[in-house]
Amino acid sequence: MQKINDDIGESIRLKLWDQLLTLRLVEKKAYDLFLENLIKGTSHLALGQEAIGSAFGVVLEKKDYTFCTYRGHAHTLSRGASIEGVLGELMGRECGLMSGKGGSMHLTDVKNGVMGSYAIVGAHLPIANGTAWASQYNNTGAVTTCFFGDGTTNIGAFHEALNLAQIWKLPIVFVCENNLYMEYTPIGDVTAVEHPAADRASSYNMEKIIVDGNDPDEMYRVAKRTVEKARRGEGPSLIEAKTYRHSGHSRADPAKYRPKEEAEDWIKNKDPIKIYRQRMLDFGINESIITSMENDMKEKIEQATKVCKKSSIPSLDLIHKDVWANGGSEWHN
Amino acid sequence: MAQLTYRNAVSLSIAQCMRKDDKVLFLGEDIGQAGGVFKTTVGLLEEFGPVRVKDTPISEQAILGAAMGASMVGLKPIAEIMFSDFLAVCWDIVANEIAKTRYMSDGQITLPLVIRTANGAGSKFGAQHSQSLENWSMAVPGLKVVAPSNPSDVIGLMTAAVADPDPVIFYEHKSLYPMKEEIENTDLFINLGEANTMLQGNDACIISLGLMAQRSKEAALILKEKHNIAVSVIDLRTLVPLDLQTITREVKKSGLVFTVEENPRLCGWGAEISSIIVEKFFHNLKGPITRITTPHIPLPSADILEDNTIPTVQRIVDTILHTIKKG
Repeated sequence: MQKINDDIGESIRLKLWDQLLTLRLVEKKAYDLFLENLIKGTSHLALGQEAIGSAFGVVLEKKDYTFCTYRGHAHTLSRGASIEGVLGELMGRECGLMSGKGGSMHLTDVKNGVMGSYAIVGAHLPIANGTAWASQYNNTGAVTTCFFGDGTTNIGAFHEALNLAQIWKLPIVFVCENNLYMEYTPIGDVTAVEHPAADRASSYNMEKIIVDGNDPDEMYRVAKRTVEKARRGEGPSLIEAKTYRHSGHSRADPAKYRPKEEAEDWIKNKDPIKIYRQRMLDFGINESIITSMENDMKEKIEQATKVCKKSSIPSLDLIHKDVWANGGSEWHN
Repeated sequence: MAQLTYRNAVSLSIAQCMRKDDKVLFLGEDIGQAGGVFKTTVGLLEEFGPVRVKDTPISEQAILGAAMGASMVGLKPIAEIMFSDFLAVCWDIVANEIAKTRYMSDGQITLPLVIRTANGAGSKFGAQHSQSLENWSMAVPGLKVVAPSNPSDVIGLMTAAVADPDPVIFYEHKSLYPMKEEIENTDLFINLGEANTMLQGNDACIISLGLMAQRSKEAALILKEKHNIAVSVIDLRTLVPLDLQTITREVKKSGLVFTVEENPRLCGWGAEISSIIVEKFFHNLKGPITRITTPHIPLPSADILEDNTIPTVQRIVDTILHTIKKG
């Protein structure tokens, strides 16, 4: 394939590849650690949906803010959170991002702009407006990104947040990852419009944006365009990225409600990692680079896993710490 | 010396905070151009402009979400929820997000914000615009809970709430908005968790807050004047943090305790305080603690019905007299 008209280029492609590998391989490791019973509680994997977080991870600057859902391991990693911080938190170890106090559904890494993962569907959209409002007020040029699933488009907070973002012209990008299922139910069965996010955009005077969420290049282009728009002070965007999760909704879900052929088609033919490996080869990137990055990543994750396994379990005094800004939990004198 | 209403104390205290610190922003429904449905925010838009004083749509989740997000990155927003009853439509943001995020993030996130809201009965607005809901927020770890009973406390507590690094729910009482007070110096600061002993007495002790503190004080004056019964009246001012030291001192003094609460009976804040007192000071008590509360019903609307529902001065007087005679 000719390299002319390549608006992305090798250096960005390799950054995207690094992101894709991180997100995919850490999630796979999380799955393995479940099987080893080293991760307790629930967990919602983003296997198959990596292109979306990866693209924003490449586009965003250090000062930008990210808000995630309970399916937030990938987005947290995409901003540069340490692998042992993420896996350690899932394992309830001291080396976890929040020392084991938040768990899988609440990954937070403020120093990397990850302002939290929110486990109540829709709750974080209004909150994300708040950091965007602060950036606008302080004129910092920071952009807020807020990721959520298709199910979120039917909850009130989604609509309140989009309206406020538009009337205040906030520097924010809302990203709906439409993986076709709202937990266990096909989103189309419970939604009045075909495209649950994009068909609502016009209600808030926003552009209707639908993108192939499994094509890293397409995601990169739309991420760059909307983030730059927000950074220029031209207001919010709403993206609907079509994607598919490879596994069930959560740890407890074998996803038997999805037609076998459908799942096979997405996993075999539309997997973002497979798509991108071929894309890079098509654009003339040396296969040895692609493969050695993959091997390096696997090694990095193995090392991080060792760190987590060696890390202490949290100290019991954490139970009473940090309810208040003074570090404590006292409610009386 | 200026005479100030509770209503004007609200706008004055917000203005003082906004003048001192440009990180303080204010948002809510009808708070700017309209000056607030209770006229508690008159003049703020004119003084501070639309960048710092933001009129919002009727979107309580959007209001508190914006306040929370802004506070995460260092601003100090004050958000108005027009009636405390409306907290129910954004309770997720209050109870799940604002209250828990500092803890869940292992202290990475701090939320210096104030949610102020018009609370309580007396206006005959019916069951959805008259509730006394401070006990809802008391039940959620991570929220500080303030309910001033007079104009100078509004200023002192608002100043402290805005300066506080933690989220504060600030319950203003609708029936107190017209209350007047001579205030010489409006540069006031009252530590959160510092109760006010409004009256001292050795025969009994009333624990109250908000409008009920004013009614309790009135009842105590009647008891003194007509029956020579000397009653201490504690205005808690804040439920979280709770001033247990003041409670301890007054309980030990008389050994006879009454709580006066506007909330419905079950799980009202007085139940928690009674339990603490019994647990810690059982041997100092001369008799059972009596809780004077609204019955466990939604509030009715008509004058005579509402008036006979929330605790009145007469009911406080009668209950204390009855208890003391019985003893």
